[in-house]
Order: sequence, then structure tokens, then C-alpha cells
Amino acid sequence: MTGLFESIVAPGSLDYMINLVIMLVIILLKIAAVVAVALLHVAYATYFERKVIGHMQVRLGPREVGPLGLLQPFADGVKLFFKEDIIPADADKPLFYLAPVIFFVSALTSLSVLPFFDGFAVANINVGLLFLFAMSSLGAYGIVLSGWSSNSKFAFLGGLRSASQVISYEIAMGLSLVGVMMMAGSLNLSDIVRAQQHYPLGLFAVPQFLGFFVFVVAAFAETNRLPFDLPEAESELVAGYFTEYSGFRFALFFLGEYTGMLIMSAIASLCFLGGWGLPSFVTANVSIVAAKILGLFWFLAKVYAFMFFYYWVRATLPRYRYDQLMAIGWKLLIPLALANIVITGLVKIWVKGMV
Amino acid sequence: MLPKLFFGWFAFAIIALSVLVITRRNPVHSVMWMLLLFFQIASMYLFLNAEFIAAIQVIVYAGAILVLFLFVVLLLNLREELLANRFINAWPVGLVFAGAIFAGTLSAVVAFVPNFSGQYTVDVINRETHTKALGQLLYTDFLFPFEIASLILLIAIIGAIVLAKKRMRS
Repeated sequence: MTGLFESIVAPGSLDYMINLVIMLVIILLKIAAVVAVALLHVAYATYFERKVIGHMQVRLGPREVGPLGLLQPFADGVKLFFKEDIIPADADKPLFYLAPVIFFVSALTSLSVLPFFDGFAVANINVGLLFLFAMSSLGAYGIVLSGWSSNSKFAFLGGLRSASQVISYEIAMGLSLVGVMMMAGSLNLSDIVRAQQHYPLGLFAVPQFLGFFVFVVAAFAETNRLPFDLPEAESELVAGYFTEYSGFRFALFFLGEYTGMLIMSAIASLCFLGGWGLPSFVTANVSIVAAKILGLFWFLAKVYAFMFFYYWVRATLPRYRYDQLMAIGWKLLIPLALANIVITGLVKIWVKGMV
Repeated sequence: MLPKLFFGWFAFAIIALSVLVITRRNPVHSVMWMLLLFFQIASMYLFLNAEFIAAIQVIVYAGAILVLFLFVVLLLNLREELLANRFINAWPVGLVFAGAIFAGTLSAVVAFVPNFSGQYTVDVINRETHTKALGQLLYTDFLFPFEIASLILLIAIIGAIVLAKKRMRS
């Protein structure tokens, strides 16, 4: 203990300690900025969804609260916050409290490795993509536990359905991104974006079209969205795993789901659609700061486009049956993803020669 | 000093969480403590500069295997489970064996001498990234053990399928 104490008070290490504190403060500020901006995006993703689906079904969507209904997300948030928090009589209380937190935190933690523009990520780690897989697999705990601890048949069935769905499609999603890893030669998300600049159109979606297809389908199933939203199928299971939740705990599930969609859109944008990478004739003509700002908006435009795709599919396609869902996952997507890995490997050897 | 402190914390947390896992009455709670235990192990790998192993630890053990555990546990009848004894009657024998193994390991640790370090020092791994270093070793020097391990896993998968098929026919 004395060694540690001396290293703290020793004058030589004072600069080091000050640097450490400054670094910590910068990281905390980054986290605060990313979480605040992401939650604002999530709030307006719900508004965006209601507007888009409303217009697709020839309705107007929310328009009462504020101009064009723009304050609707805040009205919803305030309402959820002040609702009574109901806990079922025979619920397993510790796990009932814990489940929405696990779900929400695992979604929010994934934000920490996403590079929003060139050189900006809260944690620019070497295994960024694996970190995203790890966090998305943790979300399954929130779902299973909420289903089990509610002590309700609907919630339990929804939880079991959702967990088996998330686990099955996680395999397909992981395998679909292996092709991207092989082409980029890295698991770092910034490196993956940079590697795409050398390919036609600056996209991995063109050479990795098989992987992209598998990823998109798996991303829909992974976030429990239509046409794979069987865990929350209203006509069969009321609301699935979060049937018994109310008030702010329900809001946590809701926020977690939309954050999950945002993260899937961001992965699609970074790994397949070029992320913040701008074409060279743009970056050559503007200053570095302007290029970074343009890159951020370029990245966000792709994320919004993918979110719009989520809503578009929701408004268009009917729900699958559960056995069809499992058959697609195991018999179509996983073999396709495996074939994609083999083809990518063969082409890579063919182009570069045996190394 | 700091590394020792961290190692001490991880060692303490891993042992304490293991004890919590085996002493809980509710099997679902046991699984949750085990999840925390896996995170401690992953943090320890991270602390040893093994970022790939840490990520795989969370993905495979916490994300896949433990969820399957949870599935099985969820299907148990909890009311009977809560009444049953936590340990079988012969647990003192197990305790004696565990103590003996602990004593044996402890006496062996005293004679531990670190071997020469190979070409993969911390600097090399940080420069080359841990994933790349591990992959290159696994697919060149240790290809044979790696293939044997994958064959064993394949046999296990086939065995599971065969068992499930037999059950269905009868």
C-alpha cells in the first residue's frame, strides 16, 4: 500500500497524475455527449417512426403537441416518468428490477466503440466489432430475465421466444461480418471504414452483397423488429416479455430497443456502407475540420436511411411464423454467411496470392 | 504495485462469486452470479493484454453457453428446487479433496520459476494487435492441436444430433 501512496504523492509523478485526470475528464465529457445525443436521437426515432408509418398508411401521425407534433417524444417521456410503477405480486423482485437495466445498459454500452467521425470514438479499441457482438449478446439476458421474473405466462413465452431468436440470429450476424473483417484485415471499426476507401464506391456492400443481405435480415431479427417481432406479437402474447412492466421500467425497454436499432444501423453504415468515409475529391478540396463535419453528417445520413428502412419494412411486411423464422435463420442465413466467408477467402487468396 | 492490486481484486472477486454461485438456493440467481463471474474473468484477460480472449470469453461463455444454462434452469420446477438441499450429504468429502488439491497447488507454486519469454512480448502484441498474433500462432505452430480441438467439438455436435434423433424415433 505504501508503494502506491508514494507513487501518488511523489513529485515526479505529479504531471502523470494530472494528465491522467485530464484524460479521465475528457473521456467522461465524451461519454456524456454521446449518451445525450444518442438518447435525443432515440427520442426522435420514435417520432420519425410514427410519422413515416402514418404517412405510409395515409394518416398524419402525431401533430398535436408542439409544431408538427415535434414535442411528442417529450410528452411521452413525461407521461411514462409519472406513471405508477406496478410490480406483479409473485415477481422475483431483484431480477425484475435488474432486467430492464441490463437490457438498456447493454445497448447503451455498444455506443462507446462506434466511431462517429474520423478519429472520434469514446473507446477506439482493437476488438471493436467483437465488443459490439458481446454487448448485443448480453441484451438477451435482459429479455429472458424480464420474461421469467414477471411470473406471467405471456411474458415467459415472449422471453423464451426472444432469447432463442436472438441467439440463433447472433450466429448469422457474426458470420456475416466475418467477410468484412477479412476484407478490412482488422476488427477496429475505424480501420474497417478506412479500408473501404480502396474499394469501388467506397462500400463493402458491393463486394460483400451476400454478407450485407445476411446482416440486414439478422439485424431485424436481433432487434425484435417486424417482420420478426414474434416475441412481442400483440395478437398472441399481449406485449411479450415486457407485458408486466409499467412506467419508467417499460420506458427502459423501449429506449433499449430503439438504441439497439440505432446501433444496428450504425454497424450497417460503418461496416458495409462506408461510414464517415468521403470520396477523395471532396476531402481534397475542404479543410480537415470541414471534412470531419461533413463525414459526421454523411455517417448520420446513412444511419437515418437504414432506420427509415426499418420503418418501411414494418409498414410493408406481415409477421413470419415462428418455425419459418427459425428455418430462415438456421437453414438459409447461416449457410449463406458461411459460403460468403469461403468465397471471400478464396477471392482474397486469388487476388493477393498465397501469403 | 498496481498490477498486484488489480490481480488481488480479480482473484478475490472470482472466488467470492464462485462461492455465491454454488450457495444460492434459487438456480436463476446462481446463473446471474455466474454471469458476473465471467465478466471478472474477462476483465482479468483484458488486464493481461489479451483483448481477443476477453471479448471471446464474453461472447461465447456469457453470451451463448450461459444463456443455454439459463434456458435449462428456467424449465426447472422452482418450488421443488427451493426446498431441496443445496449440497449432497457427502459434501465434507468433497471439501477435503478440494482442500488437499489447494494445499498441493500451493506447495507447487513456491517452486514456480518463470520460463524464458518467447518472441511475443507485450510490446510486440500491442503493435501487432492481440488478435493477429494469436491467429498467426494458432494457424502455424499450433495447427495440429487446433485441428484436434475442432474435431472433438465436431464429434460432440454429431453426437448430440444422433442422441436427439433416437429420442424422436421411439
